[in-house]
Amino acid sequence: MSLRRILAMMRKEVIQIRRDRSSLLIILVMPLVQLFIFGYAVNLDIKHVPLCVYDQDSTQTSQDLLKRFQATDYFNIVRVADNYRDVVYDINQGVCTVAVVVPSRFSETLRSGGHAKVQALLDASDNNSASIGMGYAQAIVQNYSSAVQLRWLQRRGLMLGPPAVTFQPRTWFNENLKSSDDFVPGVVALVMAVIGAFLTSLTIAREWERGTMEQLISTPVGKLEIQIGKLVPYFVIGIADTAICAGAAVWWFEVPFRGSWIVMLGGSVLFLITVLSLGYFISVVGKSQLTASQIALLATFLPAFLLSGFIFPIDQMPLIVRWITRLLPARYYVSILRNVFLKGAPVEMMAGQLAALAVIALVVTALSTRTFHKRLQ
Amino acid sequence: MRLRRALARIGQMLRKEFIQTLRDPHTRLVLIIPPIIQMVIFGYAATLEVRHVPLAVLDLDHTQESRDLISRFSASQYFDLKEEASQPDQISRGIERGDFLMALRINSGFAQRLRNGQGAVVQVIVDASNSNTALVGLGYLNQIGARFAQDYEANRMERTAPQLASFLPQVQLEARPWFNENLNSQWFFVPGVIGNLMLIMVMTLTAFAVVREREIGTLEQIMVTPIRRWEFIAGKTVPFFLIGCFDTALLALIGSFWFGVPFRGHVTVLMLGAMTFLLSALGLGLLISTFSATQQQAMVVAFFFILPAVTLSGFGTPIASMPRFFQHLSYLNPLTYVILILRSVYLKGVGLEVLWPSILYLAAFSLLMLAVAVLRFRKSLD
Repeated sequence: MSLRRILAMMRKEVIQIRRDRSSLLIILVMPLVQLFIFGYAVNLDIKHVPLCVYDQDSTQTSQDLLKRFQATDYFNIVRVADNYRDVVYDINQGVCTVAVVVPSRFSETLRSGGHAKVQALLDASDNNSASIGMGYAQAIVQNYSSAVQLRWLQRRGLMLGPPAVTFQPRTWFNENLKSSDDFVPGVVALVMAVIGAFLTSLTIAREWERGTMEQLISTPVGKLEIQIGKLVPYFVIGIADTAICAGAAVWWFEVPFRGSWIVMLGGSVLFLITVLSLGYFISVVGKSQLTASQIALLATFLPAFLLSGFIFPIDQMPLIVRWITRLLPARYYVSILRNVFLKGAPVEMMAGQLAALAVIALVVTALSTRTFHKRLQ
Repeated sequence: MRLRRALARIGQMLRKEFIQTLRDPHTRLVLIIPPIIQMVIFGYAATLEVRHVPLAVLDLDHTQESRDLISRFSASQYFDLKEEASQPDQISRGIERGDFLMALRINSGFAQRLRNGQGAVVQVIVDASNSNTALVGLGYLNQIGARFAQDYEANRMERTAPQLASFLPQVQLEARPWFNENLNSQWFFVPGVIGNLMLIMVMTLTAFAVVREREIGTLEQIMVTPIRRWEFIAGKTVPFFLIGCFDTALLALIGSFWFGVPFRGHVTVLMLGAMTFLLSALGLGLLISTFSATQQQAMVVAFFFILPAVTLSGFGTPIASMPRFFQHLSYLNPLTYVILILRSVYLKGVGLEVLWPSILYLAAFSLLMLAVAVLRFRKSLD
């Protein structure tokens, strides 16, 4: 191992990166673009569900009920239908997600003290929006029903107390239930996984494909020196990206930062080492850049996007998938980031996650060093 | 005559391209295995359903009523009762550790207030570090609470004024979820995954294929042959179009037979949508190749496009709840339309009468992309 040779290798890699200005720009801007899209556009707190109403009763009572739908943020009345065919057409067309149909004789039924049924048709092809929309509709109808009951009892000189049970929720760690607060830490992991592994997954394959590997082999540079020299520049880029993301998260999106910088830095370094080594390994195994890039996609983007608990909660996945996530560095990293940003849990509580990351980093680095051989096939 | 010669040249180009792509056993596998793995993992992992929320309760009242309320939670499939705590700090520490996501605290006097008709308050602590789970969980909580209150009131009225109870007016909501009656999450995500994978595969493959020639220097060799530019491009893209069709069919079969997503529409509508979309992805890939000198660059540019495209497609979150500006962006995105087509054909079973605008948009988009790519390609060679 010679520091001079490592530095020479690094210089070569840096020149290659610098020559490609546009890529470098994209690499530094991409995290911000991602952060902005996720911070602003991705909102699982579903509001403004497009609603179609069909009032077969057309009385004061039925209009009262429909006004309650109009008054909330949760629904947007996009169409007032006057026949059933239009309702069906709108749902098929995707014009509305929910349609509320008030049956004829609605007010009459209520006046005589009966049970009136209001129909809600839902486009449940998006099951999540549908079940949330259904919940909103249910709540509105239930409130209306209580109001009707109250009036009915009052007219008979009876009093009804306040609702028997109310819940007083206190939300911890993300008090206002802001989606961006819990997405933004996840985006950091996603961007780092993609950038880290994608860039390095092509570095060795590129040398083989262009034939410059032969030149490298003829120099005295050792295989460990090649690896270090190739990975360090990308490591610096990765750390810069993390810093940009974290800065934007805290100062622009006002995501709280409650944990310690040390844990964040430690986790980021370990995670970066893992994804860079993984990319390097893929590059050695994949041989051609095409193969390498497709494997990198599978090995980094997918787990970081899907299996890290970033959007989809891990504890809702089937058992086998849950076991797979235990092998993935992204899972531990996202959990560390969530803790550092939102929970601010003490360092001891993070020790397990950090240790898991360290073990994975060690294994992957060892593996990537062992598979690369400095000789022609 | 000229046309025949042109076709012959394209044929040669096609042969070269197929040989080059399928020669390497690695590449052959790469074209088939990753989409399948991604499809299966996506299908299982992508769910926003919230079930079995780990829950702790602290019952300081110890009455019939408080136990009745708790039993409603333990009986529900939405909650898993993990711990019955006896000390307040047990629940706060458990939440910090992440042992459970929600905790109920029923203070003493709960039953007393209920009986007096004063209304009782139950304190709830929610771990909101995943805001979706927290929101949905709170929804379930309120549903259970409302049901409990209703039953309690009905019970009391039954006892005090039975003649009134049977005449109490009531409004009920009768919800009928169409197209996905059991609100199955896989039915929603699987068609979307097909669209995503089509985009990622075809776009990166096309971009790489062209840039590789440039990077290795074989593009110059091709350009000294009598082949014309559009013939070159046709020869380059047709193999990936066919591979894209093959993969799409494979993914569609996995969707139907492995995940059991119903297929209610017409295969021809799906094919029309898929083919116009594949052409759009091809056009985008070609366009990227004109911007890139190296494959690494192509990869970076492709992902610069893919990540926002996936987020702004209605794949995971409804477009209707995005801010206006992002809604406009979403409606420029070809992925939005193919996901719409896939979901409509699979789940809704609607046909061209509803989907023609989407297919038309995709056709126009692909033409535009291909045209721009061909024009820019000419330039980039000079």
